[in-house]
Amino acid sequence: MKSAYWMYAGPAHIGTLRVASSFKNVHAVMHAPLGDDYFNVMRSMLERERDFTPVTASIADRHVLARGSQEKVANNMNRKDEEQRPDLIVLTPTCTSSTSQEDLQNLVNRALISSTSDVISADVNHYRVNELQAADRTSEQIVRHYVNKAIERGALNRSVTDAPSANIIGMSTLGFHAQHDCRELKRLLQGLGILVNQIIPEGASLKDSKDLPRAWSNTVPHREAGPMTAIFPKKEFGMPHVSITPAGPSDAADFIGRLEGYINAWASVLLEKGVDYEPYVVNQTRFVSQAAWFSRTIDCQNPTGREAVVSGDATHAASITKILVKEMGIRVRRSGTHRKHDTEWFNEQIQGLCDEILVTENHTEVGDATARVEPSAIFGTQTERHTGKRINIPCGVIPSPVHIQNFPLGYRPLLGYEGANQIADSVYNSFNPGMEDYPSDVSGGHDTKGVVTKLSSNKEDLKRTTESQLELSKIPGFVRGKIKRKTEVFAKQNNILEITIDVMYAARESFSP
Amino acid sequence: MKFIDAAFECETGSYHTFCPISCVAWLYQKIEDSFFLVIGTKTCGYFLQNALGVTIFAEPRYAMAELEEADISAQLNDHEESKEICMQIRRDRNPSVIFWIGTCTTEIIKMDLEGMAAKLEKELGIPIIVARANGLDYAFTQGEDTASAATVHRCPAINMTIPKNEICTSDGDSSYEFKYQSQFKTYKLETHNLVLFGSLPSNVASQPNSDLKRQNICVMGWLPSHQYAELPSLGEGIYVCGVNPFLSRTATILMRRRKCRLIGAPFPIGPDGTRAWMEKICDVLGVKPQGLKEKEEKIWKNLSEYTNTTNGKSVFFMGDNLLEISLARFSVRCGMIVYEIGIPYLDKRYQAAELALLKATCEVMNIPMPRIVEKPDNYNQVQRMHELEPDLAFTGMAHANPLEARGIDTKWSVEFTFAQIHGFANARDVLELVTRPLRRNLGSIPSGRNNPSRQEPLCC
Repeated sequence: MKSAYWMYAGPAHIGTLRVASSFKNVHAVMHAPLGDDYFNVMRSMLERERDFTPVTASIADRHVLARGSQEKVANNMNRKDEEQRPDLIVLTPTCTSSTSQEDLQNLVNRALISSTSDVISADVNHYRVNELQAADRTSEQIVRHYVNKAIERGALNRSVTDAPSANIIGMSTLGFHAQHDCRELKRLLQGLGILVNQIIPEGASLKDSKDLPRAWSNTVPHREAGPMTAIFPKKEFGMPHVSITPAGPSDAADFIGRLEGYINAWASVLLEKGVDYEPYVVNQTRFVSQAAWFSRTIDCQNPTGREAVVSGDATHAASITKILVKEMGIRVRRSGTHRKHDTEWFNEQIQGLCDEILVTENHTEVGDATARVEPSAIFGTQTERHTGKRINIPCGVIPSPVHIQNFPLGYRPLLGYEGANQIADSVYNSFNPGMEDYPSDVSGGHDTKGVVTKLSSNKEDLKRTTESQLELSKIPGFVRGKIKRKTEVFAKQNNILEITIDVMYAARESFSP
Repeated sequence: MKFIDAAFECETGSYHTFCPISCVAWLYQKIEDSFFLVIGTKTCGYFLQNALGVTIFAEPRYAMAELEEADISAQLNDHEESKEICMQIRRDRNPSVIFWIGTCTTEIIKMDLEGMAAKLEKELGIPIIVARANGLDYAFTQGEDTASAATVHRCPAINMTIPKNEICTSDGDSSYEFKYQSQFKTYKLETHNLVLFGSLPSNVASQPNSDLKRQNICVMGWLPSHQYAELPSLGEGIYVCGVNPFLSRTATILMRRRKCRLIGAPFPIGPDGTRAWMEKICDVLGVKPQGLKEKEEKIWKNLSEYTNTTNGKSVFFMGDNLLEISLARFSVRCGMIVYEIGIPYLDKRYQAAELALLKATCEVMNIPMPRIVEKPDNYNQVQRMHELEPDLAFTGMAHANPLEARGIDTKWSVEFTFAQIHGFANARDVLELVTRPLRRNLGSIPSGRNNPSRQEPLCC
């Protein structure tokens, strides 16, 4: 047993569901007790999704435990098959099925007998992998399943496209700014004259899987999602993949450079001339992205040398650390990630860029380390934002886990050249409030809250019993003043001299709308 | 007790609701000196972390004891493991009571929580109460029911030798004088052995206290109380009455194990419910109710602006928190037409008076009795909703946005669990919630053919 009340990465089934519900016309059936379909709430709420989340729970209750869940799960899968005709049903194990050691493959076989959809069970173990690992694994599993199927039918199309093309792998629902990143990446590839062959899993149709190998290269912008999915076609078809995250101008340039190499491998044969992306990079860096210019401006002198700490998933924490140090001249006291199994890669990425590296899944450790360092700004998850609130240090939220405000309506990519602009804004704004607070504290502050609440309680002739005082203190602060005033008005109108609890209720009942 | 002859149905139970462990969210706030330890997996933790949103950052008095693979396969000794965590809790927080919330996983691996708790309680010197609030057996608010039922056993036995008027202290207002002076009237208090059960925020709980006091009924105590040490005394001769419709286990335990007498009343939600609730209590305790009718009428008069909005609107309850019957009854009284009342679980005995009031209200308002669907099937419900096209659907967040996109106004049902909806004074709050989606669509956005924020219904 481990005591905890905050976790950076969710349970395995969340990863599977994120991937399954990102594909087009794929339905996930969870084998889970009542209440475990909380994923639907998150997707509907955070993504503000207009469609019903294609996830159904086959409810495991006492009867299921007693008799085994053979019929119920198989029936539920067949029912979904009839109702919604998905291309694929993904049977998703949860901690319940891992614990009760359900034979999911058997359930899949049963469902397959009468189902027109494909049925597979996600190969993830609740106790071994977390959300991110499971997402990667499931994505690979689905892609492999359909590519193999295409091979069997002899339908696999292995001829590369005429024009340079690439697949984008690892964009899924509930990813941090994933929709915006996806759009920005498409824009970037378009700018280079590279066709987007497929995006996986977001919006991908399984019917198109046969065309997956047609791309000249794969791109895997996020370390957390997609590497496994990219390794499979690499082994199978020798497809190269770019796994650099194009966040910030210099990494974007590296990303494009690597891509150029892969494109040129085919270009010399197919196009009879190589491609040169250098002018594009220069143009973007100098004119489209403001980030490079911004780091030279007077504004950016302010944060120079100030101190920050970074934590988050490996991709975002490493990218932000690099941007802070290399582009903006900020001193990173500590950088860290909760991706324990990716420590080596993380260390390698930020080697020499920060004073200290902290790899932990324990949020209190991160909080304590932050409090010790006392940086001018924090870049981390929502937890770190709250640490910041507690110790009064501004925080920019960079990766998941996140809240609804991290699913902005406006265009907020983190990748590519527009992403560099967004990150620069975010970094600058995180430092700025710190600067603002400083002079106002020095000049004695401007907090007038104490005065505001006393505004209308000048009726000295009114008395309050201790109980009603107590009652008043139980009312949430933001309406307390209003209720107090209204009660006093009511008391005056009714010639009541002492405010008791009864008077408070009578007043409340009589408030006209 | 007679059951009403309404149409009850039961579907497949494939519906969305919160896991009952969510009860820690409001119970740890209610019982101020408690600590809640949820013994479960990452799945449980993830749910709490996301469902409880910001409270997680306010250093809540709850934590997860996350079971790892070695716990599941019994390579670790669960007694030792839980002891260590509880010692840590005692060191850091020093609570007066620790609640263990059992989950699906502890059920499946058959962890003997009750046995372990009894042992640990002795070793640690802190009471440990076990509530098996798991998703295998219960839905959402029923979590509170299991916790309350488990707490019943800890209530002291009543000592009848104490003079009656000395035990008359109630939640939060123990300093009340018996020659209690008020602007309205001077009361002569008589003691009745009444204990109310159900967790209400303390400022909501003090309202029925003073309302009943006005009827010369003194509330002896509440279950749960806001301090563990203030749990009410129970025993033969004590009358108990529930304030929430999901407390049937607690009611059963109170009757069977503590020999209390249950007052089966409708629930104090809406002015009609509050009046019926108080009248029933008065009736059982042999007190003639005074001024309740006038009070109800006055409240209704104040609510007219809301009821103008609700009048004639149709509503569909998908069902997830067991408040549905009471809310439907109140909605009918506000002039709404209820198409369907989905409900996770319906205890027809515990809710008998509420069901009867629903029926009577339907007759008065001259609308047909709605169908009541226990263990609903959300997919089927959405199909029915497409046919019925209700003006408003009470539903969980999983369905709210998709239904809005299909042109059905929705009210997020979980809000009713967290908002203050009990008693006369809060009737306004209930209607404020109910009418919000309806008001949002009244005129504020220029209507072309339809609301421009709406999409054409998508295929489903």
